[in-house]
Amino acid sequence: MRHVAKLARLALSDAEVAQYGSQLAGLLTFVDELRELDTDHVGATAQVVESRNVVRPDELAPCLDRADVLAGAPQAQNGFFRVPQIIAATN
Amino acid sequence: MAPLDDLSTCTAREIARAVNAREVSAVDIAAAVSAAVPERDRDLGAFLTLTPELMLAHARRVDERIAAGETLPLAGVPAAIKDNMCLRTTRTTCGSRMLEHWVAPYTATAVERLLGAGALPIGKTNMDEFAMGSSCENSALGVTRNPYDLDRVPGGSSGGSAAAVGGGLATISLGSDTGGSIREPAAFCNVVGFKPTYGRVSRYGLIAFASSLDQIGPFARTVEDAALTYDAIGGYDPHDATSLNQPLESTAGALRTDLRGLRVGIVKQFATADLGAAIDAAYQQAYADLANLGAELVEVELPAAKYGLATYYLIAPAECSSNLARFDGVRYGLRVDGADVGEMYEKTRAQGFGAEVKRRILIGTYALSSGYYDAYYVKAQKARTAIADDFKRAFERCDFIASPAASSPAFTFNAKSDPVAMYLMDYYTIPVSLAGLPSLSVPCGAVVPEGGTLPMPLGLQLASPLFSERLLLGAAHAYECATRHAAKLTRPQIAKAK
Repeated sequence: MRHVAKLARLALSDAEVAQYGSQLAGLLTFVDELRELDTDHVGATAQVVESRNVVRPDELAPCLDRADVLAGAPQAQNGFFRVPQIIAATN
Repeated sequence: MAPLDDLSTCTAREIARAVNAREVSAVDIAAAVSAAVPERDRDLGAFLTLTPELMLAHARRVDERIAAGETLPLAGVPAAIKDNMCLRTTRTTCGSRMLEHWVAPYTATAVERLLGAGALPIGKTNMDEFAMGSSCENSALGVTRNPYDLDRVPGGSSGGSAAAVGGGLATISLGSDTGGSIREPAAFCNVVGFKPTYGRVSRYGLIAFASSLDQIGPFARTVEDAALTYDAIGGYDPHDATSLNQPLESTAGALRTDLRGLRVGIVKQFATADLGAAIDAAYQQAYADLANLGAELVEVELPAAKYGLATYYLIAPAECSSNLARFDGVRYGLRVDGADVGEMYEKTRAQGFGAEVKRRILIGTYALSSGYYDAYYVKAQKARTAIADDFKRAFERCDFIASPAASSPAFTFNAKSDPVAMYLMDYYTIPVSLAGLPSLSVPCGAVVPEGGTLPMPLGLQLASPLFSERLLLGAAHAYECATRHAAKLTRPQIAKAK
C-alpha cells in the first residue's frame, strides 16, 4: 500500500494505510470475478467510438490568456508557475 | 409575469417560446430566479455558487439578440451547470478542496453553446468530488438533499444538477455521466436525464475523470426539453479530439407519440424480481406501457453485463489516477508546502483529495503498475469489448433496451458506507456506459422505500445503439406522453431537515 501511495504521490497516515488497504483488498476480491470471463479471443477496447489519428492543422490561433491561467496557480512569478527548488544546489 | 406564472413548473420550450415572442423578457426571468433561488436552495443545497450578475448580463444579451430579430432555442431558460464544467470568471470546484478557490480561465464548449442558445446561468451545482460517487455525499463542499425527501440523497455524481431541476430551481441543467452520474440522480429526483453517445458532446472544459467514458448531457423536466438542450450543446468541437465529427440531426424534431414498429429489448440478466415487489411491479408496468404504445417486447441477453461493475472499477480508476496526476500543487488551486517538491506533491494531494478520490487513485495506480497491468487493466479492457459486443448482438433483435436506471430509489444519508454497496447502485447504467451507448432515464413511477414514509421516484433507463439519439429521445417522449409519471408525484413542502 505504501508503494502504491508513493507511485500516486499521496501521503497516507498509518490509519489510512490500514483503512484503504482493507478496502482495496475487498475491491480486488470483487474485481477478481473477471477471471471467470473468457477473453482469450477478444481484443481490448480503449475507446468505443472508432476514431484514430485525429490531427489538426499546425496553425497559430488564439489561446488562453497567460495572466488568467496563472491566476489559478498557487504561486506564479514573472509569467511562470513558481515551484519549490527541484534540483539541489551544488557547491 | 403573466405568461409564465410559475417558473418552477414551466418547461424550457414554454419559456423560450414566450421570450422569443417577447411576451416576457429574459431580464425579468433572471430577476425572478435571482429573487427566488437563494431562499429555495437553503434546504436543498443544490448550488455551490450562484451567479446572479452573470445571469443578468446574459439575460440582457438575450433580450438584445431577440430585439435584433434572432430566435434562440433556449431563450431565457434558467439553467444550472455541474461544477466540473468550466465557466470563465467563476470558480469551478469539482466538489473538491483541491479546487475550492480555482477560477476557470475559459468556458467549456458545452456551456458556451448552452449560453449561446439563450440559456441563463443560475450557478454551479454540487457534485461528488471529481464526479466519483452515486449520492453526492462525496462532495467536500456541501450537502445536497433530495427534493422529494430531504432526509434522502439526490443521487450522484451530478446530484446538484438533478436536485436543481427536480426541486424547481432550474428548468434545465447540465451534468456529466461516466458510469451513471446523470441517469441515477435523474431517477432519484423525478426528472429526465440523458447521456448521449460517447463523443457527441464536447468534453473541452469538462474536468476529466475517466476520459474514455465521460460524457456531458442534460437534465430536464421533459424529454422534449432534454432534446432541445442536447441539440444546443452537441456536435463536433475541434477542441476535443474525441468529439464526433458527424452532423448532428435535430432530436427535438424526431419526437414521436407511439412506438409502433419498434422492438424493445428486455434484458434477461436484468430481472427486477430481486428489487422488491413494489419496484418489480413498477418496472413490469413500465414494460407493459411500452407494449401498449405499439412496441413489441423481446427478451435479449447480455451475459457479460454482470461483469460491468468489475470492469468499470478497474478502467475508471485507472484513467482517474492518470487524469488527476495534474493536481500536484503547481498549476491549479491548492498547494501544501513540504520540505521538498516531492513532499509538496504528497501533502497537497493528501489534503486536497477526499477518501473516495484517494481510493480510486490508489486502485487505479495499482491496476496500471508494473506486473499488474495485464492482469487487471488489459483484462478489463477485454471485458469491455465483450460487454459492448453483447449489446451489438442484442440490437440485432431490438431497437432499444429498457431496464431500471438504478438499483433502488433514493436512499438515506450514510446508508451506503461500504464503497462496493454504493457502486452497486449503478449496476444497470455501467454496462451501457462501457459500450458508449446513448441512454436516458425517464420517470416511471414511485414507491415508498422500506423504512420510508414518502413515495420516491423511479427511473426507467432506455438505451439504444451508438449515434441513435433521435430514436432514443423519440421513443422516450412517446412513453412520457402516455404515462406522465413526473407530474403525478408532488414535492413535499420543503421544510428544515433534521
